[in-house]
Amino acid sequence: MSVLVYTENWDGKFKKISFELVSYASEVAKMLNTTVTALSIGKIDETELKKLGNYGSQKIISVFNDLVETLDNQVYTNIISEVSIREKASVIIISNNNTGKALAPRLSVRLKAGVGSCVSKLPLNINPFTVYKKTYSGNAFAHLVIKSDVRIITLAQNSFNLIETENNAVIEKADVTVNSSFVKTKVTDVKKQTGKILLTDADIVVSGGRGMKSPDNWTHLVELAEALGAATACSRPVSDEGWRPHEEHTGQTGKIIAPNLYIAVGISGATQHLAGVSGSKYIVAINSDKDAPIFEAAQYGIVGDALKVLPKLVSAVKEMKK
Amino acid sequence: MKILVCLSNVPDTTTKIKFSEGSSSIDTTGIQWVINPWDELSLTRALELKDDPANGIKSVTVAHVGPVSSEPTIRKALAIGADDAVRINAESPDAYYVAAQLAEVIKKEQFDIILCGIESSDYNGSMVGGMISEFLEIPSISAVSGIKIESGNPVITREIDGGKEIVTVPVPFVAIVQKGISKEPRIAAMRGIMLARTKPVKVFEPVTVEPLTQIVVFEKPAPRSACRYVDAENPAQLIDLLQNEAKVI
Ligand SMILES: Cc1cc2nc3c(=O)[nH]c(=O)nc-3n(C[C@H](O)[C@H](O)[C@H](O)COP(=O)(O)OP(=O)(O)OC[C@H]3O[C@@H](n4cnc5c(N)ncnc54)[C@H](O)[C@@H]3O)c2cc1C
Ligand SMILES: Nc1ncnc2c1ncn2[C@@H]1O[C@H](COP(=O)(O)O)[C@@H](O)[C@H]1O
Repeated sequence: MSVLVYTENWDGKFKKISFELVSYASEVAKMLNTTVTALSIGKIDETELKKLGNYGSQKIISVFNDLVETLDNQVYTNIISEVSIREKASVIIISNNNTGKALAPRLSVRLKAGVGSCVSKLPLNINPFTVYKKTYSGNAFAHLVIKSDVRIITLAQNSFNLIETENNAVIEKADVTVNSSFVKTKVTDVKKQTGKILLTDADIVVSGGRGMKSPDNWTHLVELAEALGAATACSRPVSDEGWRPHEEHTGQTGKIIAPNLYIAVGISGATQHLAGVSGSKYIVAINSDKDAPIFEAAQYGIVGDALKVLPKLVSAVKEMKK
Repeated sequence: MKILVCLSNVPDTTTKIKFSEGSSSIDTTGIQWVINPWDELSLTRALELKDDPANGIKSVTVAHVGPVSSEPTIRKALAIGADDAVRINAESPDAYYVAAQLAEVIKKEQFDIILCGIESSDYNGSMVGGMISEFLEIPSISAVSGIKIESGNPVITREIDGGKEIVTVPVPFVAIVQKGISKEPRIAAMRGIMLARTKPVKVFEPVTVEPLTQIVVFEKPAPRSACRYVDAENPAQLIDLLQNEAKVI
């Protein structure tokens, strides 16, 4: 028996979420009295792999073959399910990001393993195996029993802290033969921005709503984001108006994010907006209306005119960083 | 080509979620049921594709796993413009069960493009689409923000970290759609509502499948601590609190 954690890499590098996943997997393994194996797929060097050991992975399996470059879901499903069988995994842990959402359901059917998705705590119980999962866009949480022998958990981003431990990991290069005949998807073009902090990765997000009044007023908001090393986001009407790019729209019909800190400026806090940001650890609201619903979701608030408050905040952050 | 849009029937998002006695299910009294927003958008995109004869879309069907009480949602989809509908007459205990039922129907009725939403706003599973594709052993493309047909071949836009990819794939396949697939959901016109009454809804009995998961109890989110206000004239205090109390900057 073991706990298998799939640690995705980005151009050969892990991100904080990879280490969160391993930390989480180690705690689950402790509950089950077993060990953690981390699986990495794709080109990556040993020093990078070794880092997974710092968070409790005893064994690190690295798989690479030409087919993984196709980024086809079925290839990854094949590799992960094969390794999980070899490792006799009773729990498989994946991130609840786009990759996890693509792979977990396929693995579930392949292995006849029940899934708890968007899980934000350690299992509540191991017998019956019960996880804590988000439902109703964060308006309720379910205790979900997974009845199968193999269970899959997709872990909500930013929901678990890093836990460092002694590193005694062994790295193993493994081969998994994948039948290439079913690879039917073909990537014909890629457009990628680089250098920007990705909204879905960001620890801090500064977000603006219609209360910002005009796209010109975003200069101060962007300045605040830069000073904090934050990504920028917005409410739906703002992206609908074309004030900000569509990639920034958060909420039920936009991106769902869970940063450590979400600063909502001139955002009323409609249910549909909160559905995308309620997983944030801390919410700060800046709004001129003291009765705006966003204050019910926020831990810190400033009642005031955003356009006057933002420049002062920027100075205060710069002062702090000195 | 035949398109299938999978529909999930969910409480309107502004609904205050209440639980039944014992909190093992939600209290459905007074709930306004709607088509899951993503599914409404994928239906819209499917109909847009069908509007242009050059795309060669023969039909747009909607499928739903649910009891007879969810028929109004199916009728709504027909009123918006779907040609016909399939309902699998069963409650939906978990995603695995639902996907198995839908896969069975797809095998029987042979669809080319199967559209599922990235998540249902009730279960927040993000599971059904991917599971269908694995049951059928066909390709799935996730995070789809665009779909068009070029010279008879589907061309998909997929969102990736910090960008987009263009992907081609032969039919049949499952596309799991998210933001961008279409702008505004199409609304039913009077004529559509009239027509919907006569459109066919096939009802299938479920095949036997053992669900793999079960919700035993619901709970409310942990209450957030009351908001602590900082004077608008002194935002530096907020920075101090974020740094020294919350320790997030
Ligand atoms: C099916 C559906 C899906 C939706 N999905 C989303 C979604 O994904 N994301 C989303 O965001 N919305 C979504 N919406 C829309 C949502 O209901 C709200 O309309 C929207 O979030 C409001 O955006 P807002 O807060 O920026 O604007 P408003 O509601 O107009 O609020 C502006 C706020 O700014 C404040 N303000 C005004 N002037 C100032 C000032 N000078 N300084 C400081 N504050 C000021 C006001 O007090 C007010 O609270 C959806 C709606 C539907 C029906
Ligand atoms: N009961 C259902 N009947 C038909 N399709 C469904 C059902 N439940 C979910 N789906 C589809 O699967 C998508 C994702 O749902 P979920 O996996 O529950 O997050 C939805 O957007 C629908 O397209």
